[in-house]
Amino acid sequence: MKSRTRQLVIGLVSSWLILFGVLPILLLVGTSFLAQDPIEFMRYDISLDAYRQLADPAYLEVILRSVKLAAFTTFFCLVIGYPFAWLTARLSKKSRTVVLILLMIPFWTNSLVRTYAIRMVLGTQGLLNTLLMKIGLIDGPIRLLYTDTAVILGLVYLMLPFMILPLYANLEKLDYRLVEAARDLGASYIQIFRKIIWPLSLPGVFAGCILVFVPAMGLFYVATLLGGARQLLVGNLIQQQFLNARNWPLGSATSIVLILMMTLMLTSYGLVLRRLATRKVRP
Amino acid sequence: MKNLRLFFFLGIFSYLYLPIAILIVNAFNSNRYGLKWDGFTLKWFKTMAANDGLMEAAQHSLAIAVCAATFATLIGALAAIAFNRYRFPGRRILQGTLMTLMMAPDIILAISLLVLFVAIGISLGFWSLLIAHITFCLPFTMVTVSARIQGFDPFLLDAARDLGASERQLLYRVVLPILRPALFSSWLLSFTLSLDDVIVSSFVTGPAYDVLPLKIFSMVKVGVKPEVNALATIMVVLSLVLVLLSHLFIKEKENNECAG
Repeated sequence: MKSRTRQLVIGLVSSWLILFGVLPILLLVGTSFLAQDPIEFMRYDISLDAYRQLADPAYLEVILRSVKLAAFTTFFCLVIGYPFAWLTARLSKKSRTVVLILLMIPFWTNSLVRTYAIRMVLGTQGLLNTLLMKIGLIDGPIRLLYTDTAVILGLVYLMLPFMILPLYANLEKLDYRLVEAARDLGASYIQIFRKIIWPLSLPGVFAGCILVFVPAMGLFYVATLLGGARQLLVGNLIQQQFLNARNWPLGSATSIVLILMMTLMLTSYGLVLRRLATRKVRP
Repeated sequence: MKNLRLFFFLGIFSYLYLPIAILIVNAFNSNRYGLKWDGFTLKWFKTMAANDGLMEAAQHSLAIAVCAATFATLIGALAAIAFNRYRFPGRRILQGTLMTLMMAPDIILAISLLVLFVAIGISLGFWSLLIAHITFCLPFTMVTVSARIQGFDPFLLDAARDLGASERQLLYRVVLPILRPALFSSWLLSFTLSLDDVIVSSFVTGPAYDVLPLKIFSMVKVGVKPEVNALATIMVVLSLVLVLLSHLFIKEKENNECAG
C-alpha cells in the first residue's frame, strides 16, 4: 500500500515536470532550427534561417538595447535595494515585519495594474509633471511617457522586491560581530563595507541580479505601456514573432538568447558560491 | 542617521505606493481623465459592472486562479514530500528542473508551452491556460511546503507509529496538521500569481477564453479607462486581504513552532 502510493506520487510529479517542464524547452530549441512558414508557423525542415535572421544588425540592435535597459534596471534595483535590505536587516524584529509586509503588498498587486498606475503618474498632465511645474523646475509639461527612462522606471518599480528579498535574506544572516570586530580594530566604514559586508553579501547580490536582469527583458507589456509602440525589449521581439509575424523559428531563436544569458548568470552564481565556500575553509 | 533612514524608507515606499494611491483616488473621481478632483462618484464601478466582456473575463480569471492554486498546491505538496522523503533515480535532475522553472523568465515558459500545446494538439483555452498556470505556480508551492517539511521533526512520525497510528491516521492526524499553514500560504501565493500573470496567459489562451489581465491590457493600451481604475481598486484591496491572510498563517506557523 505504502509503496504504491509512493510510486504514484513520484510518477505524477516526475511526469508533470518532464511533460510540462523539460519537453517544452526541448521543443523550443528544436523549433529554432526549423524553417519558417507563413501559414503553419513553421515547416519541418532543418534550417539555420532563424539564426541568420537573428544575426541581422537591425535585430541585434534591439536585443542590445534590451540588454542595456535591463542592465540599467538591475543597476538601479541594486543601488536602491542594497541599502534597503541592509537597513531592514538592522531593524528590530517588529519593525522588520512591518517593512517586509509593506514591501510585499505591491508585490502581490497585479503588475499590469501597477504599470498602468505608473503611466498615470508620468502622463503629460500626471502627478509628476504637475509637481515639477508647481515647484518651478520646469515651465511646461515635459514628455516623460514613451521614453526609455519611463520604461526603466517601470521595470525598477516591478522588479525591486525581487532584488530586495534575496539581499535581505543574505544580509539578515550576516554575523554583525564581524562588523563590530572590524570597527574595534580601527576599520573605516568604507573599509568595513568593502572588505566584510560586500564580499559576504555577494551570493545575495548575484541571486538578486539573476532574478531581475533576465526576467526584465521579458516584460513586454511594460515596454508597450510605458515605451510606446517601439520594440524595446526581447520580450516584445518574441511576442511579435509568435503572435503577429508568425515566425516561430525566429521567435524561438530569440528566446534561446535569453536562455543562454540565464545559463551564463546561473553558472557564474555557482562559481561565486563555490569560491566563497572554499574561502571559509582556509585558515 | 536615524532620520536619514526614515527618509530613505519614506522615499522608497512613496515610489511603491503613490502610483497605486493615485489609481484608487481616480477610481472615485468624477473627472474622466483624473486631471483634477471633480467630486466623489461611484459611476466607474457601475460602468465596470456593466461591461459584460470584462465581467466574463473576471469570472474566467477567478476560475483559473482557484483551480490552478488548488492543483499547484496539491502537486507541489506531493513534490515536496517526494523530494524530501523519498530517494529515487533522477531526483536531483527533477529538483533542478523545478528550480530552473522558478528562475526562468515567464516568457520562456509561455512560448515553450505554446509550442508543446500546438505540437500535441491541445487547443488553446481553459485547459492549456490551467496547465500553464499550474506549471508556473508549482516551484513556489513546492518550495513553501518543502521548507515546512524540513522544519518538522521526523521522530513525530515514529512516535505516532509506535503509539499505534495507521498510515491514514498518520496522514490526517500528524502530517496534514503540520503542513496546513504551508498549504494555505502556497494556495494564496499561487492564487495571486495566477491572477497577476499577463505574459504566460497572452500566449497560451485562445480568443474564446479571455482572462482579466489580457482584457485590461487591451483596454489600457489605447488610453485612459476609468473603469479600469475601479477594477484595479478592487484588485488592490483583494491583494491586501490576501497578504494579511497569508501573514496570519505565517504567524500561526511561528506560534506552532514555539509550542512544539
